[in-house]
Amino acid sequence: MKRPPMSVNMDDVQEQPTEERAVTAAPPAPERAEVTASSSRAVESSDGPPKMYRRRTGRVLAGVAGGLADHLGVKVLWVRATFAVLAAFGGLGLAIYALLWVFAPQASRDEPAQTENPKERQQAYGMVALGVGLTVAGGAITGLFSGWVGLPIAVALVGLAVVWREADESQRRRWRVGAKSGVAGALLGGGGWSAAVRIFAGVALVMTGIGVIVLRDSTSFAQVQFALIAVIATLIGVAVLTVPFWLRMMRDLGEERRARIRTDERAEIAAHLHDSVLQTLALIQKQAESPREVARLARGQERELRGWLYGPSGYGKPQQEESAGEAGMLSQAVATACGEVEDTFAISVQQVVVGDTELDEQLSSLVQAARESIVNAAKHAGVEEVSVYAEVEPTSVTVFVRDRGKGFDPDTVPDDRHGLADSIRGRMERNGGTVRLRTAPGEGTEVQLEMPRKTTAKTSQGAT
Amino acid sequence: MTDNQQARQPVTVFLVDDHALFRAGVRAELESITDEVRVVGEAGSVAEAVAGITRMRPQVVLLDVHMPDGGGAEVLRRLRTELPDVVFLALSVSDAAEDVIAVIRAGARGYVTKTISSKELVRAVVRVAEGDAVFSPRLAGFVLDAFADRPGSEPISDPELDLLTPRERDVLRLLARGYAYKEIASELFISVKTVETHVSSVLRKTQLSNRYELSRWASDRRLV
Repeated sequence: MKRPPMSVNMDDVQEQPTEERAVTAAPPAPERAEVTASSSRAVESSDGPPKMYRRRTGRVLAGVAGGLADHLGVKVLWVRATFAVLAAFGGLGLAIYALLWVFAPQASRDEPAQTENPKERQQAYGMVALGVGLTVAGGAITGLFSGWVGLPIAVALVGLAVVWREADESQRRRWRVGAKSGVAGALLGGGGWSAAVRIFAGVALVMTGIGVIVLRDSTSFAQVQFALIAVIATLIGVAVLTVPFWLRMMRDLGEERRARIRTDERAEIAAHLHDSVLQTLALIQKQAESPREVARLARGQERELRGWLYGPSGYGKPQQEESAGEAGMLSQAVATACGEVEDTFAISVQQVVVGDTELDEQLSSLVQAARESIVNAAKHAGVEEVSVYAEVEPTSVTVFVRDRGKGFDPDTVPDDRHGLADSIRGRMERNGGTVRLRTAPGEGTEVQLEMPRKTTAKTSQGAT
Repeated sequence: MTDNQQARQPVTVFLVDDHALFRAGVRAELESITDEVRVVGEAGSVAEAVAGITRMRPQVVLLDVHMPDGGGAEVLRRLRTELPDVVFLALSVSDAAEDVIAVIRAGARGYVTKTISSKELVRAVVRVAEGDAVFSPRLAGFVLDAFADRPGSEPISDPELDLLTPRERDVLRLLARGYAYKEIASELFISVKTVETHVSSVLRKTQLSNRYELSRWASDRRLV
């Protein structure tokens, strides 16, 4: 398969039909499976224990409690209550909350939105108030921070919360509008002036808090002012110095990701075109003097490419639709059977499937019987085209195989011809199905196969 | 029926397809096998098509579904209201439900795949020129599927548009089984004219119904 088309020899020509059949018989080709595995979503959740994500919707402060509740599978109220109670022990609850906030990532935008009711939200606000109260009370009792020292710490914490929350917001805005490059983009995430004001206010609160604690002994206003100016100057200096670095890193990251996606995509398409279309074109050149063979090759290739482009697990479909195992579906089985007959007898089989369902033993027999009917039409009817129509109904599955060919008189079929009697009628009746035959010499033939459905399991949608 | 047509003026046809090779092929086929149709012009892009069709006023436009700049659906959107007399027949290699349903809902009177034989293509062109609809077996399958009653489907808001009559369902099933109109008529003991009426009614429902499947298929394609 990997040889360049120039060097295709007669061995390739000989083995091509079997290869094609192998491909159609096993629809989820390995290359497609790899594509799924390498999609970013799959990677996120593939290895290791499940990660904890902070809730993106239905959150009160940062979604930590909600995310933890989802992760542990308990009610969110209990998690919030635990945090509030732990806050009494020297602010332990607050510390845990802050650590989780920093280290647990936000749930990505693909996650379904959480439903929340107003009552839960009110309870959450109550828990926040309770937590704050317990922290203050606990602090006062244990004497961890006495008197007015608590106030600047609280101010600093509020400032920290404001900035961190803004960071979450900017991340979400970036998810919404697509990646923005540059530090301003990373920091504000398209949030404009309001975001800048919020961040500035948060920073100011933090600095005030820290400044007041540091300078609590020296009450001189000039010193406070000096310290504040020094802190601001340092921050500005650090920001300015690292701007080019941040900018470049952001841009490189995005560029690299885009390039990788493009390369992967191109490699996949090239590999597929080489293995299928180029090989077939080479074979067609070899077979140019045999129109029948050329038509067979072209038809097989068309079917394969069509499956790749538009099929249920095809290239053109969004990847999340790939989840269902389509190998065991009726439509797939019918398509495979039709394809095999097309290849073997060099005719065209026009197939329409309405509805779809999972394949069980009876339905497999139905498909086998249908395949045998198509083979009969291909062998005896003397036509170029056979129509196959399958419909999944709530109580039964029907398949019609029709040709406009010679037709025959059912009474005059010689006894030694087993096709209809054994392969079709016998197979159907053993499984509780029925066969009806409409034919007359010169009128074409239609085989009608009906198989009752054992289970009324879910009928999936989508005609193929 | 065919005697009438031969006496009449040939149906004027305009080809829209971004592959020049394909246009040339169809043109040669149509002109060699019959004088029932006459190709009056062709276009290789949406803009050319809009200009050419507006100038030539053909009876039937053979419209490729996949073209750059919006494809067949875009041509339909730009011309449908201005030129209500021009009939569009979609012609495509794609068998994807999104494509088929999208161009039918954009206003095409029929849909055939490019593998159709020349004789059948002529028949389809004449049929849409007479105001009937043309359903390929696969399109019939899609429509049956879209109108199927399945558990969990949306409640019906407009029975007039959202449900098929049992007769229409029968006709569609036979179409999907590969029957020609004449064969359907004799199978169901009705006239060919009645079959045509049923198919036209199904086409109208496919274009106007708000059933979830139909709108989803159509919108899926528009987003891409």
